[in-house]
Amino acid sequence: MQLFEMKDIKKSFGDLDVLKGISLTVEEGEVLSIIGPSGSGKSTLLRCATHLETPDSGEIKQSGEVGLVFQNFNLFPHFSVMKNLTDAPIRVQKRKKEEVFRQARELLKKMGLEDKEKAYPYQLSGGQQQRVSIARALCMNPKILFFDEPTSALDPELTGEILKVIKDLAAEHITMVIVTHEMNFAKEISDRVIFMDQGVIAVEGTPEVVFSSENARMKEFLGKFHQGMSD
Amino acid sequence: MNLNVMISQLASGMVVSIEIFFVTLIFSLPLGLLICFGRMAKNPVIKWITSAYISIMRGTPLMLQLMVVYFGPYFLFGIQISKTYSLIAVFIGFSINYAAYFAEIYRGGIESMAVGQYEAAKILGYNKVQTFVHIILPQVIKRILPSVTNEIITLVKDTSLAFVLAVSEMFTIAKQIASSQTTMMPFVVAAIFYYVFNLLVAVVMDKVEKKLNYYR
Repeated sequence: MQLFEMKDIKKSFGDLDVLKGISLTVEEGEVLSIIGPSGSGKSTLLRCATHLETPDSGEIKQSGEVGLVFQNFNLFPHFSVMKNLTDAPIRVQKRKKEEVFRQARELLKKMGLEDKEKAYPYQLSGGQQQRVSIARALCMNPKILFFDEPTSALDPELTGEILKVIKDLAAEHITMVIVTHEMNFAKEISDRVIFMDQGVIAVEGTPEVVFSSENARMKEFLGKFHQGMSD
Repeated sequence: MNLNVMISQLASGMVVSIEIFFVTLIFSLPLGLLICFGRMAKNPVIKWITSAYISIMRGTPLMLQLMVVYFGPYFLFGIQISKTYSLIAVFIGFSINYAAYFAEIYRGGIESMAVGQYEAAKILGYNKVQTFVHIILPQVIKRILPSVTNEIITLVKDTSLAFVLAVSEMFTIAKQIASSQTTMMPFVVAAIFYYVFNLLVAVVMDKVEKKLNYYR
């Protein structure tokens, strides 16, 4: 089943055309990774998909709630971990307290944070904060979970723990769209990969197809990436 | 005049000073938030009016503003001023003046908030009012507390300006006794009163700050 569709999305900031007509669909249970150089429009695409930006033109269709995990976590610092997870489901979705708390505890357990219920975000490491923010997004029962470079604010040691969490979610067939710079991760986890360049989708397909693409920009991008890895 | 009589007379003035202090806070703190919203409004007319308001309130002496509030109704509309109006005029003058300062403090706090907090709230479905009340305002209060404490301490001392409308607050009475009895003693008592009052304010505000220290 198709959960999400974007049709010919265009967005510019002043003279800068950031998105020049993007169309994509997301199927239920699918993991879609979006890769590409900085400034290619990946983040703007995600921000349009999650309604943080309004596209200049085009159409977005979605069924149900969408969640977003930010690069910088954006937890609410004055809320405990538990309240970060439960406040919106209770206040906004008007769900029953007991049910929300039960779900939140399960999610924290899954994230390995069952002992952090009462902690405040400043008391947690970056990796723990990002896991809380993933749990917070999941507690809203979104149909799709979007990730905006979820490991970019973390040092390499902590990156692994977040990638593992996302991998576990993929195993549970949670529908996810992930903007990432972690190429090996994208290759391993994705059902489909999109390579964006200068505001358009330059290459799209299974990881095997995309990572062995003959597209000149894609090869250049991967070349730089591999160079960076060997440095 | 013995010291006991003097102190009992000054004490009645202290009550009025304390009254001015609390009434001003009760009205100026919420009014300041309202003015702050106007100052940050997208509507250019509202923005211009509130900016002009803040500019005038901060740019002219409070003593002068008190006189305008007191005499204004007569000179502008020919309304006869009753004697009891002087204390009301002090309440109004202080409240609208302090609201202007608080408005700018609020604005500083609100503008210092990271945009990510608004975005996270939006993604989670909070509406604008919920976002402000539950996510933004509590964090703003923590941030602006030191500046607010500064203003409150200034307010304690500013209450003495009510003498200009012959309101019998602490300082007015101290001056009357000092000139009729040719003694500096009332001023010494007044100084101690203001200092102790502010010491209390500082202790209370410190407690509040510590209470909000449970997060960073």
